[in-house]
Amino acid sequence: MSSEAKKALFEPLVANNPIALQILGICSALAVTTQLSVALIMCLALTSVTAFSNLSISLVRNHVPSSIRIIVQMTIIASLVIVVDQILKAYAYEVSKQLAVFVGLIITNCIVMGRAEAYAMKNGPWNSFLDGIGNGLGYSVILIVVGTVRELFGSGSLLGYQILTPVSEGGWYVPNGLMLLAPSAFIIIGLTIWAIRSFYPEQVEKPDFEMQNAHNTSAHGSTGGAH
Amino acid sequence: MDLLSLAVKSIFIENLALSFFFGMCTFLAVSKKIETAFGLGCAVFVVLAITVPINNLIYQNLLQEGALAWAGLPDVDLSFLGLISYIGVIAALVQILEMFLDRFVPALYSALGIFLPLITVNCAILGASLFMVERDYTFTESVVYGAGSGVGWALAICALAGIREKLKYSDVPDGLEGLGITFITVGLMALGFLAFSGIQL
Amino acid sequence: MKTNFSFRRQRGFFSLPNDNIVKTIGVATLLCLLCSVIVSGAATLLKPKQVANKLLDKKSNILSVAGISDDTKSIDELFTQIEARIVDMKTGEFTDAVDATNFDQRKAANDAQYRVPLSKQQDLASVGAISKYGNVYLVRDGADVSKIILPISGYGLWSTMYGFLALENDGRTVSSITFYEHGETPGLGAEIENKKWQASWNGKQITDDSGVPVLRLVKGGIDLSAAGSEYKVDGLAGATLTSNGVSNLIQFWMGDDAFGPYLERVRSGKTQANIQVKTSTSNNGEKS
Repeated sequence: MSSEAKKALFEPLVANNPIALQILGICSALAVTTQLSVALIMCLALTSVTAFSNLSISLVRNHVPSSIRIIVQMTIIASLVIVVDQILKAYAYEVSKQLAVFVGLIITNCIVMGRAEAYAMKNGPWNSFLDGIGNGLGYSVILIVVGTVRELFGSGSLLGYQILTPVSEGGWYVPNGLMLLAPSAFIIIGLTIWAIRSFYPEQVEKPDFEMQNAHNTSAHGSTGGAH
Repeated sequence: MDLLSLAVKSIFIENLALSFFFGMCTFLAVSKKIETAFGLGCAVFVVLAITVPINNLIYQNLLQEGALAWAGLPDVDLSFLGLISYIGVIAALVQILEMFLDRFVPALYSALGIFLPLITVNCAILGASLFMVERDYTFTESVVYGAGSGVGWALAICALAGIREKLKYSDVPDGLEGLGITFITVGLMALGFLAFSGIQL
Repeated sequence: MKTNFSFRRQRGFFSLPNDNIVKTIGVATLLCLLCSVIVSGAATLLKPKQVANKLLDKKSNILSVAGISDDTKSIDELFTQIEARIVDMKTGEFTDAVDATNFDQRKAANDAQYRVPLSKQQDLASVGAISKYGNVYLVRDGADVSKIILPISGYGLWSTMYGFLALENDGRTVSSITFYEHGETPGLGAEIENKKWQASWNGKQITDDSGVPVLRLVKGGIDLSAAGSEYKVDGLAGATLTSNGVSNLIQFWMGDDAFGPYLERVRSGKTQANIQVKTSTSNNGEKS
């Protein structure tokens, strides 16, 4: 595997994670993570769509007139998503019911579109394919982390297996209902970003302006230039 | 359903951004300043208010099972083409809107221009169309739903931009700075919007 | 991807510059053709499997509320114990007007042919309209009917909840209840899926002695020894609106505008499942 291919595959996992660093593809990440099993299927669906859309867009990249570039990408992605949706409905009916509209929303998942535009239009098919898989996995990492935390603390189980026995079943664990509500996903992602950035300090965003000696002098006077 | 209660429901109770988390990518990326957030909010409102009813017509007259009875094909079910049709309508409409604004309302175009292409890939737009299909809205309901969702989304992004403008002056721990604290803020906002749940008019 | 193949065949076309109008239209057409073949191919090939899945899912929901499970048999085999019938909501009589195996009252409620709009006073469960005919599933125990399964639906906190209610053959004692589709708050309203809570319905009475539906969900626990506890089910903690929704849907579906007339006939012994459609004229609907 060439170094370029390796970079395409592994860099998006943590160091250049699409959700944590590029703020791409968050919508679905929040809604499908109450159960780890559903989150895993979503990861699989998104990874395969990203990989194959990157592959096919990279194959046709030299022949796509720039005026219809976006719509060509959109058509390819939408077709792939429909195929995935149909396959899920046929072979994983239970999960497809839980995913409902979120499979369709892969079309507008910015990861797919973003990688097509930023990588596949400029690189060869094989590297693009790997980049698609890499970014899909990067998305999966966050989804799995969020899904694990939410299912474990929200209902005391993982992949449906009871791990912490809740009080209602005669155990000791009082399920944290907040974890099952969507806002918790935001907070978990926020904390995950904090963790990643503690390991990769170069990712820390520069504040819009410095507050010099904010703690020593009066904090309110020294602002200005906000707009 | 009563149209007024549908409007209230789509603006507050089932706010696309804060209850379903649609359009989060742009929601987080373009909410640093109130002016830009307001511009994007307006653009989303316009596009939603137009595309949801159009997609409703397409679904009811072409795709739904039995919808092609007028063409002598009563058994054809094209609903699997839904996704690609809706996104096609959205992409085409955004493009047309951009050209129309450029030609006739240049002031508005220069204000919204940069946001319009972003909107095609905004899940809020496609999501609203998918919900419209799932919930079987009639044409009138879909107009109200589309417009209401747009207002709700614009409201949410303006509110977040307002908070973020103030947040700039706060001393946030390194690493949490920027995106991290924004996520947590949105989480708390969403928690607040949960309080609207169950309100019925 | 197959696009490679067309590249080689049409070298001349593809060597045109990208901004050439012929090429733009050509590429768009080719892409559309290719995508439409893939998409409709997948949809058509997988359609039978999807339809079968949907049917199987419905059958397994009915079987689970009927309390029938046997790992050694397939769902289709088990389903032979269940007989699907159609009831005319107004008269409460069985009818053969539509095909019982394919008719779906949920779909029919939106079909102009069967739709019966409800007024605000009637529409306790906020369903808007119901179908003229209702699905009824009878669990056979030899020649007798042991349970009656009725589809129910109603608005909860976020959206419409769909489920099944199984009654004993006396037409008023609850055997069990399930919900198979809902959008209630996870951890609170979504506890309507909780097996333990569902089990607390067993043995409750839907109607009082005069045949009026009185079963309700109440807050704060039930004293099982107190009089009237058979008309009360423990509400869901922290989910008042979902609980109200469930109470309302029971009142509605067991009431005069829905399955009430049918259940009244069952209770008075006029309708046994093994008696075919009769032209009896006892019409006890329309009390409102």
